[in-house]
Amino acid sequence: MEAGWWGVLIAVLGGAIRIGTPFLFVSLGECLTEKSGRINLGLEGTLVMGAMTGYAVSLHSGSPWLGVLCAGLAGMALGALHSWLCSFQRVNDIAVGIAMMLFGTGLAFFLGKPYIQPSAPRLPSIDLGAWSDVPQLKAALQINALFLIGIVVAIVLGWMLTNTAWGLKVRVAGESADAARALGLPVDRIRIMSTAQGGFLAGIGGSYLSLYYPFNWSEGLSSGQGLMAVALVIFARWQPMACLWVSLLWGGAAALGPSLQSVGITGGYYIFNAIPYIMTLAVMIITCSPRRTLVGAPHELTVTR
Amino acid sequence: MSESYKLTRRQVLKRSAAVGALGMLGSLDWVGQAWGASDKVKMGFIFVGPRDDYGYNQAHFEGKAAVTKLDWVKAFDEEKVPETIEIQKTMESMIKLDGAQVLFPTSFGYFDPHILKIAPHYPTIQFLHCGGLYQDGKHPKNVGSYFGYIDESQYISGIVAGGMSKSGKLGFVAAKPISQVLRNINNYTLGARSIKPNTTVHVIFTGDWSLPVREAEATNSLVDQGIDVVTCHVDSPKVVMTTCEKRDIYCTGYHCNQSKLAPKGYLTGAEWNWAKVYMDYAEMIRKGQQIPHLVRGGLKEGIVRVSDYNQVVTEAVRKQADAAKDKFMSGEMVVYKGPIKDNTGRVVIAAGKEHVQTDIWLESMDWLVEGVIGSTKS
Repeated sequence: MEAGWWGVLIAVLGGAIRIGTPFLFVSLGECLTEKSGRINLGLEGTLVMGAMTGYAVSLHSGSPWLGVLCAGLAGMALGALHSWLCSFQRVNDIAVGIAMMLFGTGLAFFLGKPYIQPSAPRLPSIDLGAWSDVPQLKAALQINALFLIGIVVAIVLGWMLTNTAWGLKVRVAGESADAARALGLPVDRIRIMSTAQGGFLAGIGGSYLSLYYPFNWSEGLSSGQGLMAVALVIFARWQPMACLWVSLLWGGAAALGPSLQSVGITGGYYIFNAIPYIMTLAVMIITCSPRRTLVGAPHELTVTR
Repeated sequence: MSESYKLTRRQVLKRSAAVGALGMLGSLDWVGQAWGASDKVKMGFIFVGPRDDYGYNQAHFEGKAAVTKLDWVKAFDEEKVPETIEIQKTMESMIKLDGAQVLFPTSFGYFDPHILKIAPHYPTIQFLHCGGLYQDGKHPKNVGSYFGYIDESQYISGIVAGGMSKSGKLGFVAAKPISQVLRNINNYTLGARSIKPNTTVHVIFTGDWSLPVREAEATNSLVDQGIDVVTCHVDSPKVVMTTCEKRDIYCTGYHCNQSKLAPKGYLTGAEWNWAKVYMDYAEMIRKGQQIPHLVRGGLKEGIVRVSDYNQVVTEAVRKQADAAKDKFMSGEMVVYKGPIKDNTGRVVIAAGKEHVQTDIWLESMDWLVEGVIGSTKS
């Protein structure tokens, strides 16, 4: 059966979920980390390490869900390492982040060598499109439970940051370290915890890539998704729910290029493939103002100071 | 006064250091040649990507593995060497430290300027590049190229794909519109249309050689358009094959055999057989023969091959594919025989005219044949 122009819409819908999920996890992780006043640029490395760990554990244990958990733990370890290094005096979190990015990818490539060939068990999918007779729509709505978990995490994280004592502590550490210390809050410990939890989420994002979509472990698996997610957090103005929408938007935009070619719009595919980036630039330009700093930016972040 | 004196001393130091380094270089050269003189044939292989990528690099690595089994050959390799100054360093270290007599830098971009720059410094070492870029008289004497006509295998895959397709619509996920890729697309299309003239081939260009997420997305979009057989020309076909299997459609492979990745849907595939090429070269070097500057060949010469057909491929389709294969093997097959139109309706090969496989004209292909839905314009 032929979908024609509907195919583009379906591809964008499906792509939003398929491509957007890893962005969602990484950007939620980064959102939490930045709320506490740290930037973790190493999430690209965390993502790749998570992808490798998830694939390897799934292969050896036969359980992809155990793979997801271990990917999260690997990400947590990398996040903890990053924030532990940053807790020393005069250590720049951006420089450490870049080092962690290279360390994470390098370590994943080194340890991941034996896992390029074998095929690991895949994460199961949930048929949300069972009501539909259109096979294309059914395929697009075949989603992974991780996406639903991501939505729940976004809602819960947003609620906790604004409505709980825990969220208040994280935000105080991110807004003013001096105020936090005056309140007797352990700033370094809060940041280490937040970065480690952020790393956990990013690691899960990586395992989605290797265990669900595109379902493969190779050294070319991540084409910068981890770094892009860091930019998405700024785009989302440090709000977990906005991270969800922005990730979906990005996923959909990334699906546009290939799907237009499939219906015969054959020219200009480099431009169509660049749409997510053009879109980000456009939103940044429209929403920025010379009279104020970014709305919602935690004041302790080295970029906004 | 003292200023200028300091400066001169520095210059003297610099120069003496340079002379010393040159001397070292010279002596290392000598060591390298002395090692090369031992009785084993020493072959160095260099890959641009990981050697187990189910793709281009794995195909070459399988060739290397085959020569390694010969007890009179010592083969070594390095993977993931970028097409930058890195490749020059790798080549030099293989010559000086491992004593390589012959180097196989397998990636297209290694040739110009890297091989052309290093080769004149080592006239006794052979530099054999995969890609067919060597030109007589223009390039150093110790350089050569080899390449296979894998488009012949793609023609056979096209027949199988066209024969097994129910919708008459095939898909092709391609990296970039360069001539080798276009030739594969055109051969695939011509193969399919040789048995079912109404078949169309939808092409999606991803824009680069390795973009797993976009390749998966492209495959999904093709399936959504009712396409039921997909093939590809990207560095690693793994993602395309597994996505086809998940969407429950057929696929045909590229570079090497991917039937393990899609046991239900992998119909057949176009594979390299570099083992044959590398064994021949090793033999020539052992016997001290003159190495030809250009080695090319297709199915007939055994440089490319076709994966075994999947059991779902029907008897009738097998017969049609085998008939074409026999014609390639006997050398009478001419794929580009006029009249052939491109997909904008322009006649590119007039009736009665034909371009045989070795025709250099085919290597500058920049058009897509009638029946392809896609454009070479970026």
